[in-house]
Amino acid sequence: MRASCASGRAVPDIAASYLEPTRARPRAGRLARVMRKRSTVGFLMCLPLILLIALLVVYPALYAIWLAMLNKRMTTFVGLGNFAFLLKRSTFHLVIFQSCLFAVSAVIAKASIGFVLAHLMHVIPPNRQRLLRGLLLIPWVVPLALSTLGWWWLFDPSYSAFNWILDGFGVPRVAWLGSTGWARASMIVVNIWYGSPFFMIMYLAALKSVPGELFEAASIDGASAWQKLIFVTLPMMRNIISITVLFSLIVTFADFTIVRILTAGGPQDTTHIFATYAFEVGIQSGDIPLGAAVSLFMLPILAVASVFILRGVARRNREMAAG
Amino acid sequence: MTTTWTMTRRAALRTAVAATALPLVHIRTAGAAGKLTLGLWDHWVPAGNGAMKKIIEAWAEANKVEVGVDFITSVGNKNLLTIAAEAQSKTGHDVEAFPAWEVHNNLQNLEPVDDVVNGLIKQYGPLNPVCEYLTKINGHWMAVPSSSGTQYKPSCARISVFKAAGADVQAWFPAKAEHSPSADEWTWEKLLELAPAAQKAGMPFALGLGQTTDSVDFAGALFRAYGAQLVNEKGEITVKTDTVRQALEYAVKLTRFLPPDVYSYDDASNNRALISGKAGLIFNPPSAWAVAKRDNPSVAADCWTFPTPAGPKGRFVPHLPYNWGIWSFAKNKSAAKDLLTHLAQREQVEALSTAVSGYDIPPFPSMANFKVWEQVEPPLGTVYNYPIRPFHNATPSIAALPAPPDIAVQIYNRATMTTMIAKAAQGGLSIEQVLAWAQDELEGFMR
Repeated sequence: MRASCASGRAVPDIAASYLEPTRARPRAGRLARVMRKRSTVGFLMCLPLILLIALLVVYPALYAIWLAMLNKRMTTFVGLGNFAFLLKRSTFHLVIFQSCLFAVSAVIAKASIGFVLAHLMHVIPPNRQRLLRGLLLIPWVVPLALSTLGWWWLFDPSYSAFNWILDGFGVPRVAWLGSTGWARASMIVVNIWYGSPFFMIMYLAALKSVPGELFEAASIDGASAWQKLIFVTLPMMRNIISITVLFSLIVTFADFTIVRILTAGGPQDTTHIFATYAFEVGIQSGDIPLGAAVSLFMLPILAVASVFILRGVARRNREMAAG
Repeated sequence: MTTTWTMTRRAALRTAVAATALPLVHIRTAGAAGKLTLGLWDHWVPAGNGAMKKIIEAWAEANKVEVGVDFITSVGNKNLLTIAAEAQSKTGHDVEAFPAWEVHNNLQNLEPVDDVVNGLIKQYGPLNPVCEYLTKINGHWMAVPSSSGTQYKPSCARISVFKAAGADVQAWFPAKAEHSPSADEWTWEKLLELAPAAQKAGMPFALGLGQTTDSVDFAGALFRAYGAQLVNEKGEITVKTDTVRQALEYAVKLTRFLPPDVYSYDDASNNRALISGKAGLIFNPPSAWAVAKRDNPSVAADCWTFPTPAGPKGRFVPHLPYNWGIWSFAKNKSAAKDLLTHLAQREQVEALSTAVSGYDIPPFPSMANFKVWEQVEPPLGTVYNYPIRPFHNATPSIAALPAPPDIAVQIYNRATMTTMIAKAAQGGLSIEQVLAWAQDELEGFMR
């Protein structure tokens, strides 16, 4: 079936072709039917991105798994031997502890600070918010390697600005990166400084999407500010909190830049985390399979966290849909 | 006036014959002998890359090889990452600059260069023992020891600080080819004796105990001077010995007089301490002095470079060599060998070292007499004793030597020695507890 356009040329009548019974073209029709599905079109449109991810993420991940199961010279398959070996090393136990300490404490602090900042920002009139929002986002926008170098300078043994201030008050100087406690605290502080704006902006967006009627209804019911926060704001934000915490947990566990620049794992290996230890073992000491095994230790930890958090998000979505 | 050219049938025939024979004649043009790519170390001293490029371009022109050079920085270990990537993908440059341990790490992907190195040994005598330890594997030379980037890390002291403490470093190691009897005074015990005075004067010795090479090399030289080996040449763990205890006890005593933040030092921290006029001594190549010359000339004029202190087992100067290796998957191995032979000739080595104010150390001890080390100033002769000279009675050393290199590389890069010192001095562990920790750690390196 054909229709004519203004120029007189015959063009396919698209509407008619959709209405035409498919049995007239049995072979082409099956393909056309598949192609007409929204899911097929969606998949095809995503295909370039899927291929890109497969190339840049899936392939290196599978390659890392393969590497982690080879011997040091990469000539023999040793199965899970590298993982078993690592679990027997006391230094690696320290690395696991430090990675968890670093990631969990930094994420809790970032989420708390982001939550408070988002609420403070939310009560500021929108026209005054813009500048403050921009300023607060600076730590997150500046390339991490550069900002960490700035921090490193503040902690530096010879030129530490912090120690210069302490000198001014007659307080003894602190070896910020030279003693275990201060070095760990410094790393966590820099990570919090860098990551809090991300939480703030996500929570602010979530706050803005909470319907005002809920707060009005709560006010009419005589709810206090605290009760509104606990019974209205938090339940409405639970999904976004879960997803941001998960995302941040993954990124913080995989952090490399901050530790590498500030301490390189010292003093006494007490600031090494998975990524820096993997680099030291794999690239610097020439044991790539063991380095790959170190970096893959993050996988089960993050996978378990992801399953629990995403299951909670899905459950809440179902409850909301049902309710 | 115009000239009219005519061509006879005979001339046309001659031209045709000549044109037909043309492909039979080897015509040398740029690139006629193929292409060659090099991934060389990006020199700290800016003039270093220019000097290297000039030498390579002249060789390329003379040999009709099209040469491409990439200078790869060691900042952020980018050179190590490049080496790892090329080794994995089996493609990249033909020639690569391998820092100290990387020859062993990439052994299976390297082309032996026995012909090149044996030829050079015939010309210039034996290589220094560290270069041999790092590049001669199973009886084969697997890389050509290079001068570019190769360094010693001797003492670089403030003349005035030592004088105030009663020591004359210029008398110990004068800028002339003779052994001063007073040079024997410069021992680790003497260093410990001078350290409190320097600390009291606000000019402590900035000797790092961090995770990076300067710290590790300092600890390595100290341990070797006391005969302390963590692993012997047979690969046996020898950490629970009196020599290791002795070295560790000495180091713990010394840390009381070092700046409190030496445990977080990186390779730039000691340089900054010297340049800012806050340190009386560092162990470093003359790069710190060179920056001081630019940024703080009065400090530079007060600096003197000379070998590290001696211990009961001798005087060991930290040495960190670079090597040039040819990948087994290189496309133009013959041109690569020719070029490396050319670069290792005395004339080229001296030109490169002179361009970087004497920073580069030749791998052949017979070349330790370039004019540049006599001429550099201020003060005149400040780096005369930077290269090891025969009358220094010193031996080049790399931390963890003589352990088999596949174990030594882990001791070196995991900073086992500095961590041991830190655990004893800062971590509150007893010497025996530290030795037990080290034993466990070293057992892990044996896999």
